[in-house]
Amino acid sequence: MQAAEALLVLVAFALAAPVTAGADPGAERERELVALVRQDCGSCHGMTLKGGLGPALTPEALRDKPADSLTLTILNGRPGTAMPPWRPFVSEAEAAWIVEQLQRGLRDGAH
Amino acid sequence: MGRTERTLIASAALVLCGCASLGAQGTDDLGVVIERATGSVQVVDQAKRASLARIEGLGDLSHAAIVYSRDARYAYVFGRDGGLSKIDIAARKTVARTVQAGNSIGGAISKDGRLVAVANYEPGGVKIFDAATLELLSEIPSTYGTAGKRAKVVGIADAPGGKFVFSLFEADEIWVADVADPRHPVVRKFGNVGREPYDALITPDGRYYIAGLFGEDGLALLDMQNLDAGPRRILEGYGRGGERLPVYKMPHLRGWAIAGDYAFLPAIGKHAVLVVNRHSWKEVAEIPVQGQPVFVMARPDGRQVWVNFAYPRNSVVQVIDVAALKLVESLEPGKTVLHMEFTARGDEVWISARDSNRVVVYDTSDFRKLAELPAQSPSGIFFTWRARRIGL
Repeated sequence: MQAAEALLVLVAFALAAPVTAGADPGAERERELVALVRQDCGSCHGMTLKGGLGPALTPEALRDKPADSLTLTILNGRPGTAMPPWRPFVSEAEAAWIVEQLQRGLRDGAH
Repeated sequence: MGRTERTLIASAALVLCGCASLGAQGTDDLGVVIERATGSVQVVDQAKRASLARIEGLGDLSHAAIVYSRDARYAYVFGRDGGLSKIDIAARKTVARTVQAGNSIGGAISKDGRLVAVANYEPGGVKIFDAATLELLSEIPSTYGTAGKRAKVVGIADAPGGKFVFSLFEADEIWVADVADPRHPVVRKFGNVGREPYDALITPDGRYYIAGLFGEDGLALLDMQNLDAGPRRILEGYGRGGERLPVYKMPHLRGWAIAGDYAFLPAIGKHAVLVVNRHSWKEVAEIPVQGQPVFVMARPDGRQVWVNFAYPRNSVVQVIDVAALKLVESLEPGKTVLHMEFTARGDEVWISARDSNRVVVYDTSDFRKLAELPAQSPSGIFFTWRARRIGL
């Protein structure tokens, strides 16, 4: 059990390793990503991200969750639930950037 | 014409209609378009293909639905944030509004038009309101199991015999609430209907309540004329199958098309529309389409079925010919098509293109574009013919 957990953590690190927090996708892509989160993630999590059929994605709801595992959830989905993998549409760096924005509180438009 | 005469005519008009915007027009040619990002709706005129008014201040409409009063004068708007608003579409104004829950998915109106029921995620349950005043009459908490948890309520519909029927997502249950005494609803519960019912519909004749299951393949069917038989499973192979394909937007079941002997269903996760015999509930065909279907809607005469799609292939609408069971047209009304609504007799269809900020009207006989109406992030389009349909 412990070994399995350790392995998971390792895998998580291996996958997340090249991701530097705060990597900047560029202003135009950032706008696209914010729209993607609000509109398309929003179809389950709510456009205001307060939750729907999927859980809330507000800073309060995500505060205690490790960013790496959230990034992996975006990329790979969550098997056994409705959460699909978004890897076909966002890069690892972009997923990490989304998590950072969500934990901080998503702002619209470019900053 | 002299000034006195004109004044006289103006006065007469005022006496006749009471209010300028009411005019002599009935509401049968009107409708409502949701503007999801701004918490507003537009009242539209189907014949003029024009917007008549915008009504604002309706809260979070990022997921919103509408039912109509029997006389099709009032639209009840169910917002994501638990807001329930009653709009007078003839006078173009909000006449009552309450924020009745924290997170809400939709609602239904009783056959007699006296009760409005709202399905809530948070706190989970159903609330019953007086349709005239929006006074809260009763609440049905969706408490299940032994730990006192409340499930998210989905797929609420009005059912014959003075009932509302709805599903409990986490509880795997379907409940039928008899609201003959709306202050004291009597609830009949059906358990183990299948894992995670996530949306449902009632067939246009009010006979069958069908819930989609997210947690497993198949659908749960409840015969409203034989509740004692309980829910049974149909279309066991329906769903994502062994592959468990990812789904980028949950299909909406209420749009399911019944045309002739067939029901047309969105395949879950697959780029296909399933054709099912609606008597045997066996699959008869699978029609390949260009993306994951969200709404699969029949033109009222049943000759065509129109389909829109999930992210990322959501800027295309495709049309299936029912007799040939194949695609006959692909249209690009704009970016991110969210909804389609036919006129009552199906000669025209209105389509909302969210990211192009417009609603596009097509002639369904030759697919000619007839009009474009500007709208802010439009989503659902609801015409007043819904006032006279079971389950809408």
